[in-house]
Amino acid sequence: MQVPERKPLLSIEGLTKTYPGVRALDAVDLHLYAGEVHALLGENGAGKSTLIKVLTGLTGRDSGRFVLDGQEISPANVIQATALGIGTVYQEVNLLGNMSVADNLFLGRQPMRLGFVDKRRMRQQAAQIVAKYGLKIDVAAPLGQLSVAVQQIIAIARAVDLSARVLILDEPTASLDTQEVALLFDVMRQLRERGMAIVFVTHFLDQVYAISDRITVLRNGRRVAERLTRELPRIDLVQMMLGHELSETALHRHKPENEAGETLVRFEKYGKRRYMAPFDLSVRRGEIVGVAGLLGSGRTETAKLVFGIERAETGSGRGLVSIDGKPTHIRSPREAIRRGFGYCPEERKTEGIVGSLSVRENIILALQARRGWLRRMPRRQTDEIAARYIRMLDIRTPDAERAIQFLSGGNQQKALLARWLVTEPRFLILDEPTRGIDVGAHAEIIRLIERLCADGLSLLVISSELDEITAYADRVVILRDRAHVAELSGSDVTTSKIMTTIAA
Amino acid sequence: MSATSARLTRLTNIPGSAQLAALAAVLLGNWLVFPGFFNIRMVDGRLFGSVIDVLNRGAPVVLLSLGMTLVIATGGIDLSVGAVMAISGAVAATLINAGTPLVLVVAAALGAGLLCGLWNGILVALLRIQPIVATLILMVAGRGIAQLITAGEIVTFDDRGLIALGTGALLAIPVPILIAAGTFALTTLLVRGTALGLFIEAVGANERASAYAGVSARVVKIAAYVWSGLCAAIAGIIAAADIQGADANNAGLWLELDAILAVVVGGTSLLGGRFSLPLAVAGAIIIQAMNTGILLSGLKPEFNLIVKAVVVMAVLLLQSVRRRD
Amino acid sequence: MKLNRIAAVTALGIMAAAGTAQAAEMVVGFAQVGSESGWRAAETKTAKLRAHQDKVNLRISDAQQKQENEIKAIRSFVAQGVDGILLAPVVATGWDSVLREARDAKVPVFLLDRQIDTSDPTLYTAAVTSDTVLEGHMIGDHLAKLTNNKCRIVELQGTVGSSPAINRKKGFEEAIAAHPDMKIVRSQSGDFTRSGGKTVMESFIKAEDGGKNICAVFAHNDDMGIGAIQAIKEAGLKPGKDILVVSIDGVPDMFKAMANGEANGTVELSPDMAGPALKALIALKSNGTEPQKWIKTPSTLYTPATAAAEYKRRAPLY
Repeated sequence: MQVPERKPLLSIEGLTKTYPGVRALDAVDLHLYAGEVHALLGENGAGKSTLIKVLTGLTGRDSGRFVLDGQEISPANVIQATALGIGTVYQEVNLLGNMSVADNLFLGRQPMRLGFVDKRRMRQQAAQIVAKYGLKIDVAAPLGQLSVAVQQIIAIARAVDLSARVLILDEPTASLDTQEVALLFDVMRQLRERGMAIVFVTHFLDQVYAISDRITVLRNGRRVAERLTRELPRIDLVQMMLGHELSETALHRHKPENEAGETLVRFEKYGKRRYMAPFDLSVRRGEIVGVAGLLGSGRTETAKLVFGIERAETGSGRGLVSIDGKPTHIRSPREAIRRGFGYCPEERKTEGIVGSLSVRENIILALQARRGWLRRMPRRQTDEIAARYIRMLDIRTPDAERAIQFLSGGNQQKALLARWLVTEPRFLILDEPTRGIDVGAHAEIIRLIERLCADGLSLLVISSELDEITAYADRVVILRDRAHVAELSGSDVTTSKIMTTIAA
Repeated sequence: MSATSARLTRLTNIPGSAQLAALAAVLLGNWLVFPGFFNIRMVDGRLFGSVIDVLNRGAPVVLLSLGMTLVIATGGIDLSVGAVMAISGAVAATLINAGTPLVLVVAAALGAGLLCGLWNGILVALLRIQPIVATLILMVAGRGIAQLITAGEIVTFDDRGLIALGTGALLAIPVPILIAAGTFALTTLLVRGTALGLFIEAVGANERASAYAGVSARVVKIAAYVWSGLCAAIAGIIAAADIQGADANNAGLWLELDAILAVVVGGTSLLGGRFSLPLAVAGAIIIQAMNTGILLSGLKPEFNLIVKAVVVMAVLLLQSVRRRD
Repeated sequence: MKLNRIAAVTALGIMAAAGTAQAAEMVVGFAQVGSESGWRAAETKTAKLRAHQDKVNLRISDAQQKQENEIKAIRSFVAQGVDGILLAPVVATGWDSVLREARDAKVPVFLLDRQIDTSDPTLYTAAVTSDTVLEGHMIGDHLAKLTNNKCRIVELQGTVGSSPAINRKKGFEEAIAAHPDMKIVRSQSGDFTRSGGKTVMESFIKAEDGGKNICAVFAHNDDMGIGAIQAIKEAGLKPGKDILVVSIDGVPDMFKAMANGEANGTVELSPDMAGPALKALIALKSNGTEPQKWIKTPSTLYTPATAAAEYKRRAPLY
């Protein structure tokens, strides 16, 4: 490297942390330099949040050491970490919305006079601090009335004012619009010039290249690389994050173009402000459309818009849906289900299964909901349905009456698939159908997806497993930064092509 | 676990065993303090005895606990049922005194309860106010409404038809027992004969997942609160008919707590999800058997609440042995 | 319904009278608890009636059972420069500072129907209350006379720990202590309510061999007594004969029950608390007569003999 030999302000060496059954961090190294923005990147479960938790004293570690300015440190809690000069700002600002900006800046260390808070002095000082960040706001106003970006900056200002030398920003831009991001970046540049070391966690690759000086990539608890940003091409970065080599080719079973049927559903200019840029999407009968993109690129957002959980903005040619060529609308999951849609969410435990209900009840829930509460299916019928699908999908459970929460992840996923199959859907949306499922069940679910497609069902499958997508998808939609950026079809559906498109 | 507690665990693994054991223990206790507890004879063409008292006096709390079970199963709570009792009693008493036919009087009182339930349901399901706060509003205001209807007095009446709803007997069985049993059957039919019960349990256990499966949480919650208001109105009519007067200040006072207790003793979690109507009824009867037992025992009234607390704690401990397993 | 109409007409009449009493020489403020019971409403109505008779301009404030509202009312009465204040205290404590303000402004304060806890009795001029111990004693004596000093009694207590429950029990026990054959065999709380009285009585009847072993029931208030009457009837017994019923308060429904031969006596807790207070205030203002510190309202025993007439007499008040 041509960088002049500098000593890092903070080094993390050989950090290991295990949770029962999981090695969240495995001998991870990280070097933070004063006056640098260091991007910390990785997909879900890579170990980013564990790293931050250990560093800020929220949780302990198994082994490894932290060296700050040549001194070994071991912060046991957040207060100690703050005292050592490590400040953290989370995505969800953890300040008090109903208190004023000044109160928030000085919480716990208000200037006192005669045993009372000296409000006037506090406000003067607060105004000075705020002015340094180029904000023109009333420091007496409640924090909650300000935009998220300004709240983020106030949180940063507070952390910096608490004499932080290392600032950790955990996904600060997740809910900001372009202008707000620019505002935040100005602040970050200013702090970098003042010699602060900044850890920047984000999913937005454009932002990584816009602001960061150095990149560390984590995958499955291991450090894949620590590079200078200008020396790491995008495509290499994407490969590192997804863990693929460009040369790798996967088997693709895409059908000839003419084999696919008529268009079943078509979405036009479908989007929602601050959520997902408008996109066009159509799915034909018997077609599997894959959705690929990095974490935070808008994969689940696409699914939730399509299924009516989030309402798309409509009017003046935006937010149009047609099914079989006929215009319609989807404003709620109930409407989506009535149109023959189904959705297996990524968050299986909180959004998919109803844990304390039985496998049988979970399987018939959507069908019963569509029939309405008055037309209850007789017990014998539900028993039959449950038994049939438990057999068909090979759901491993002692019996149909077992509470579904006691089943393994793969069997829960199969039960969720069964829930939609009994409704005889036309269009199924599967969000990370193989996440957290053991290898055996993994293959079964892939086979199942292919079988469904062969039966004429249309599928939209979101997955971060590129091998899987390339294996079954006829087309792949590529997402980046909450927008649909490209569509690949035919012989273009390869892992390397997908990765280069994501990185482009 | 020791051998005894392991056996206890196995025994308590059967759903409802804790409640039945507690009921048996309370009845046994009553028999010990008052050997005539199980004696039943006929007086003026109706059954007469302490066991009948338990069922008859327990009828209002049984009624309240039926509606309360559904509300709690959705993950909510209904603190207003006592006040709704007062409202429906007040409506019934003032209308019967104005010469309204009995059928219309009952319909109006039930309608008042239905409106109260609808109000709660709208606050909780549409305006998304926390159930404990939303129903607290009617708990406080409802008694005031009842007092306005009765002008702060006990409105007495002597309409035989209305009085019979509280004190009459059919085939020798006191009418409140029959009404409670009928409402139990109707509620069971409503939730188990339709898919409403499944939807209530689904919404209570995981509202978001249910919504994604197409269950309308709003409709389900409003239905539960409406049913709770209706059950409270029935209980209110019985309570007024029993004393031949509408006592706005005292009718149903604190009974919401007994109803919640009955549901909890009946094993339904306050967090929502799975529920059992029969066990909630068992819970209500346990509580009433305890109340009656204390009255029969000759204990000083200062001990009433302590005895009750100890027994309730024992039942809940038995249940928690099962849960921990 | 008819009763209500009479009451309404009377009340209207009183209010119209109050409206014309602008020229009255004396202005008195009345900080009333609220209208939580029929008795309370009767107390307010009587106060209006007495004020009209004494040509006093009475300003009534309804505190809706809240002490802070009563305190506010007193402050505003003092500011208005009233000649005297009647206070029916909702609770016993917490009155010292506001009463000191009234004393400093030389406004005499009369407590109605309840005493307060204070270390400085000069804070109020006088208290008008009934003697709840005496009430218990009187009804006990009455029952002794009815039963030739021989009776197994069941007792329906008021709310556990409340002062009328404690005092009425005390007075009753004093009265029967002289008679070795009079005994309270069972005693439980019916919380001063009809349904409470009925429920407890039902159990007592079962526990005492279907009621055969009970000679009389003593209820701490009429509402519980009325509940007990219903329980006795439903057990196939005759209230007032098989089991005697005595209680305290003198509400109209109890007179009705006595007139029907279903109850055997009640001691009236007079709702006329304002009358004696106004009399004492007028005496104090006109010729400086210091009133007694505790003005006891008369406790009167009523029996079935006069019940029908008394019922008619009271109807407008309730």
